Amino acid sequence: MTVLYVEKPGLLTTVQDLGRHGFQAYGLPAAGAADPYALQLANVLAGNDPGEAALEMTLAGPVLRVLAGGLVAVAGADLEARRNGSPLPLWETVAVQSGDVLSFGGARRGCRAYLALGGGVAVPEVLGSRSTYLRCRLGGLEGRALRAGDRVASREETGRIFRRVPAPFVPEYGASHTVRVVPGPQDDHFTPAGVQAFLTGEYRVANDSDRMGCRLAGPAIEHRPGMADIVSDGVPPGAVQVPGHGQPIVLLADRQTTGGYPKIACVVSTDLWRLAQAKPGDSIRFVPVSLDEAHRLYRIYREQFVSLCRQLRTGDMAGKQYRVSIGGTTHDVWVEESVAEYRKR
Amino acid sequence: MDKARFLPAGDRALVVEFGREISPETNRLVRNLYLALREAGIPGVGELVPSYRSLLVYYDPLATGIRDLERTLRELTAGLGDREWPAPRTTVLPVCYEPEYGPDLDFVAACNGLSREEVVTVHTRTAYLIYMLGFSPGFPYLHMSGRISAPRLANPRKCIPAGSVGIAGSQTGVYPVDSPGGWRIIGRTPVRLYDPDRVPPILLSAGDYVRFVPVGKEEYLAIAARATAGGTAG
Repeated sequence: MTVLYVEKPGLLTTVQDLGRHGFQAYGLPAAGAADPYALQLANVLAGNDPGEAALEMTLAGPVLRVLAGGLVAVAGADLEARRNGSPLPLWETVAVQSGDVLSFGGARRGCRAYLALGGGVAVPEVLGSRSTYLRCRLGGLEGRALRAGDRVASREETGRIFRRVPAPFVPEYGASHTVRVVPGPQDDHFTPAGVQAFLTGEYRVANDSDRMGCRLAGPAIEHRPGMADIVSDGVPPGAVQVPGHGQPIVLLADRQTTGGYPKIACVVSTDLWRLAQAKPGDSIRFVPVSLDEAHRLYRIYREQFVSLCRQLRTGDMAGKQYRVSIGGTTHDVWVEESVAEYRKR
Repeated sequence: MDKARFLPAGDRALVVEFGREISPETNRLVRNLYLALREAGIPGVGELVPSYRSLLVYYDPLATGIRDLERTLRELTAGLGDREWPAPRTTVLPVCYEPEYGPDLDFVAACNGLSREEVVTVHTRTAYLIYMLGFSPGFPYLHMSGRISAPRLANPRKCIPAGSVGIAGSQTGVYPVDSPGGWRIIGRTPVRLYDPDRVPPILLSAGDYVRFVPVGKEEYLAIAARATAGGTAG
């Protein structure tokens, strides 16, 4: 069992899994990891099922002292992860020992990183999920973000297989993002000039973006007269809602289940992580695709993702990590086992 | 009945929209399609989110083609009138309207040129249709007569206690959990609308009805004590 002691909590560090599903009809938001791709790979690397609960760290990460060692993995944004002051590799399995200090700094690339513990984070399930929903103080660690002095433990021991995500599957987190959208369901609430502004303009991620929504600033999107409000209806993740001021908000994991602003478009599932990883100040451009194209992208993504997870699990990409001491300095050495096929690509 | 519209909401959800206005008839169609879809158990169909005049249908595009799904939804929608649907339930919520629990009741009365008692009489006279649940887990959106309407607070309160009954414009609702909010608070119910340890955790359902009945503070406290003794923690 891995146990971490929180020395510093970071800006916003919460327990998240794939969300709390089945209660949106009753007004309960799903919450869950803002970037499910990075969460799931961190979990697989730590030897877990992809949907286990892990720590989501935002922009400025925590400082964690290891009280009991085990396997961990960090995936997602580059938050200057370090172990005992030395850079900690992302997107691969790492063994930590009692006394190690895992520290994270500011975001160099991306916005959110996930720290998975072998066995998954031990917090009670609430309505089928361990995700934290801050607004209702629900789930996670007492319904709140981590605080200094907290202890975070994993639930059960896991095996000791070391894995690494091959480079082609590690996303690039730049400062400008092109995001594909399917128009609708209320694109008819906007003037042609408004739609044009949305699809050609450059938008900047605003400082007040959070897990509920990525707020954007850029060319105003004009509504048709008197059509800036709708009778509230259900909102999926990635919905681009445009309030009366004309600045779009892309809804993320903590969105409410319903909303009263017209939705000009919805971000395709395979690009949602780009918004979860966009930092304040980053640039966003929207490109329309057909629903059929969005489904085609999703099928390809899922096939690749399932195949990647299978390869990581079965050890096709596994290796062994050794810790060696040379002249008083500790080095972690990664020895890959069956990489011949992968190298050929 | 207006013709239903089927609109994409991204690549994993579809909106079935029955109209653009708020009416009990439109909401009834939403409820009946919601019930029909839950009963039908169509492969690939996930969560359903009923709201005033539309139903959001989440689906897995790997498990169902969009055209097949749309055809099925059209058939179900067209057949809604062919059968009897279960009558909506009415949940009675006792509410204590005393100043301790309803700090804005005087304001609402003054807004409408009524006495406190008259506001309570109007508020408890009708059963309200639950058009949808939203905002927080189990928060019911209810429409009332304009006679006791009141504007929202300019500065929302940081924490409104769970059970608080509020008014905003011509809507009334109940806060299921402690949360910030800008509605005018006229009373409080000891009944828990949200309890994660109960099955089901959320008391009310969209498409059903709520009726408020006034209770004194003693009865409020007695019901609250029973709810706590019911063995549910937190």
